Amino acid sequence: MKKPAGSNPSGWVDRHGDYLFRYAMLRLRDRSAAEDLVQETFLAAFKDRGSFSGNSSEATWLVGILKHKIADHFRHQAREAPLEDGDLREQSDPSPFDGSGHWAKGPTDWGGNPADLYREKKFLDQLTKCISGLSPNHANAFTLREIEGEATGEICKVLNVSETNLWVILHRARMQLRRCLETHWFNKSTEEGS
Amino acid sequence: MLSCRDVTQLISESMDTSLPIGKRLGVRFHLLMCKFCARYERQLHLIRETVRRFVATEEKPGGAPGETLSEEARERIRKSLRNP
Repeated sequence: MKKPAGSNPSGWVDRHGDYLFRYAMLRLRDRSAAEDLVQETFLAAFKDRGSFSGNSSEATWLVGILKHKIADHFRHQAREAPLEDGDLREQSDPSPFDGSGHWAKGPTDWGGNPADLYREKKFLDQLTKCISGLSPNHANAFTLREIEGEATGEICKVLNVSETNLWVILHRARMQLRRCLETHWFNKSTEEGS
Repeated sequence: MLSCRDVTQLISESMDTSLPIGKRLGVRFHLLMCKFCARYERQLHLIRETVRRFVATEEKPGGAPGETLSEEARERIRKSLRNP
């Protein structure tokens, strides 16, 4: 009989530790929180190692557990800092729109062909910084939607918000993030290039 | 008539749900005439696409080396697994 791979946790940390850590870091952007969740993931996996069927890879199985831990973490944060009116209002000051709702200062041309941005480490560091600059509810909604690829119904449950409010939150988050990237990346590199 | 403020909200919503046909046509019509909103839409999609590609590259197990667990955390986790 095949011995279940999950029964040998001694090498887990070496085989999967860094992978799980990077996965958690991308979503939490906080080293100690990410390390704690990786530890919790291994402990939960250890207790439940009999459930590893070997149908999926060990890494996939562990990431599945980590995903739940991350959702719990966001759920907890949402309970600690419930949605405020400010989360649904326009965040940027001054507003990008004039009184009639037209652009006061429209988006600038980002130029060139930025399709390869995902390979640029510095851009991703900037993106992470911009996400960290959002309010926790905005950052978590954006992370669940765009990084985790979660469906909006599921995100509503985790963050305990209505679907209508979630659409406003995601809109605010995207607008602020776009603005942040424009200021700190696209306009900046244009100036450096000229 | 939809304002740019309305249209930016709807552009974002259309990335999460499918808009009713009336709104969808309103947005399309606005985008034909408004270069700023058209640019806004392209940039939002670029951000989404960049994040997706990055996540896909990053999350292949054994993918590019990046940040790693600290030695302290590694040791702490190993210990906790020995005495769970």
